[in-house]
Amino acid sequence: MTDETINDWSTAGAASIAEAVSAGRVSARAVTEAALARIAALDPAVNAFTDVTAARARAQAEAVDAGRVHGPLAGVPFAVKNLIDIAGLPTRAGAKINRDRPPAEEDATLVRRLKAAGAILVGALNMGEYAYDFTGENVHDGDSRNPHDPAHMTGGSSGGSGAAVAAWLVPLALGSDTNGSIRVPSAFCGCFGLKPTYGRLSRAGSFPFVGSLDHLGPMARGVGDLARAYDAMQGPDPADPVATTRPPEPALPGLDAGIADLRIAVAGGYFAGGGDPEAFAAVARVAEALGATRTVEIPEARRARAAAYLITAAEGAALHLDRLRTRAGDFDPAVRDRLIAGAMIPAPHVERAQRFRRWYRAAVLDLFGTVDVILAPATPCRAPRRGQTHFVIDGVELPVRANVGLFTQPISFIGLPVVAVPVRLDAGLPLGVQVIAAPWREDVALRVARHLERVGAVAAPVATLG
Amino acid sequence: MPLASVPAPGPAVPDLTAYAAAAAPLLGLTLDPAWIEPVCRNLAVLSAAADLVAGFPLPDEAEAAPVFEA
Repeated sequence: MTDETINDWSTAGAASIAEAVSAGRVSARAVTEAALARIAALDPAVNAFTDVTAARARAQAEAVDAGRVHGPLAGVPFAVKNLIDIAGLPTRAGAKINRDRPPAEEDATLVRRLKAAGAILVGALNMGEYAYDFTGENVHDGDSRNPHDPAHMTGGSSGGSGAAVAAWLVPLALGSDTNGSIRVPSAFCGCFGLKPTYGRLSRAGSFPFVGSLDHLGPMARGVGDLARAYDAMQGPDPADPVATTRPPEPALPGLDAGIADLRIAVAGGYFAGGGDPEAFAAVARVAEALGATRTVEIPEARRARAAAYLITAAEGAALHLDRLRTRAGDFDPAVRDRLIAGAMIPAPHVERAQRFRRWYRAAVLDLFGTVDVILAPATPCRAPRRGQTHFVIDGVELPVRANVGLFTQPISFIGLPVVAVPVRLDAGLPLGVQVIAAPWREDVALRVARHLERVGAVAAPVATLG
Repeated sequence: MPLASVPAPGPAVPDLTAYAAAAAPLLGLTLDPAWIEPVCRNLAVLSAAADLVAGFPLPDEAEAAPVFEA
């Protein structure tokens, strides 16, 4: 879509907006007003936003229009999961307890970087409490709802981010991903999500969950927008102890380089079972579009997932122990029960999981000597219905909240970069596929996603809300 | 009774309810009676995960890698 054909800036992509604003064909103020109006009209149907920062957005838009701020995201509205600091708001992280925190004194690093690139923050987004969630449900703020069918989950824990992007309320959102919390809502809501390499993007100014697994990343309706935002957010940050000191490695310049030089394989074994047939049909669709016929086995993935599960419960519980002592009744019960159990895990079990992680990391990195990209399902099924507590996978009834991430956990466990790409097999709800690359090769995963987008194998489907 | 007739001890089944009740004060936690069942259900899942991880042989030299710079 070119800007000449755009008559509703509230549904335009980030690149179209930035190019039109930079060229003076539309004002940032007009784009911002269109986004705010669309949010006001449609958000009640999806419950994506917990705060709309209208006054701040208008002030930022005026700064862009006055020429005081310009950059690759000039005038692009965006919103962030509410565990990311926004100056002046308490960072609630989906929790009732956090509402008593003082307002954040400054924006998180990534918000500052997007703002410096010209983007306009329009609000904070709903999420599962303390990010310990794969559903997008929240007992305090209400569930975020899937724009393609509000009776279904968005997935989580970045549920508001998935809903806001898929409902076209904003062209760009930030989420966090500890075990799959960007990739799962991207799959369920049918949008693109980037979980970068562990340490690539600064987490400074975000409320943590599991320090050794936490990542932040962008979600968008197109690969170009994802890359544009990712590039704007890169760079070292002493305020995040695990942030890389590598210089930025922009992905946008090589985005259209194609895939001819890439060795691409499908993950077999663990990743080829334990899900609904559609989950694997989505992978097959993507593999066919890429001409990928090879299969590789990611070794000990089931154990990797178990180890990630243990570390998550233990580290998360340690983070929240004081709150569990003093305000246990104010937690979402489902989160509280998991955290209390996590606090009780014998320490040797957790240490063993960390030691296993070392072995697993080396084994998987060996695989990348023979392959550049690995494809795997993002979730074992399409979005369950809201309130659904159990689902049947391979004939076994399992709790939804703990098991939606069974294909994402073994990947983030060792910090690999992944682009989740949306696949629409039929008129039903969307599915997602993980495009997994070697550490620090976000550019490769994004290139593959871009190729898939160009050949029409993946796309962010239009939600029919409103 | 000849030794051969003594049944071999199976893996001990932990009493998770007793464990949770004992561990809670150690951690400074107060458990509402209604939370014990779901906490124990989660403990059972975590215990199974720990067993799975423990089933993989690791050399003593395999140290944890808490930071995953590649």
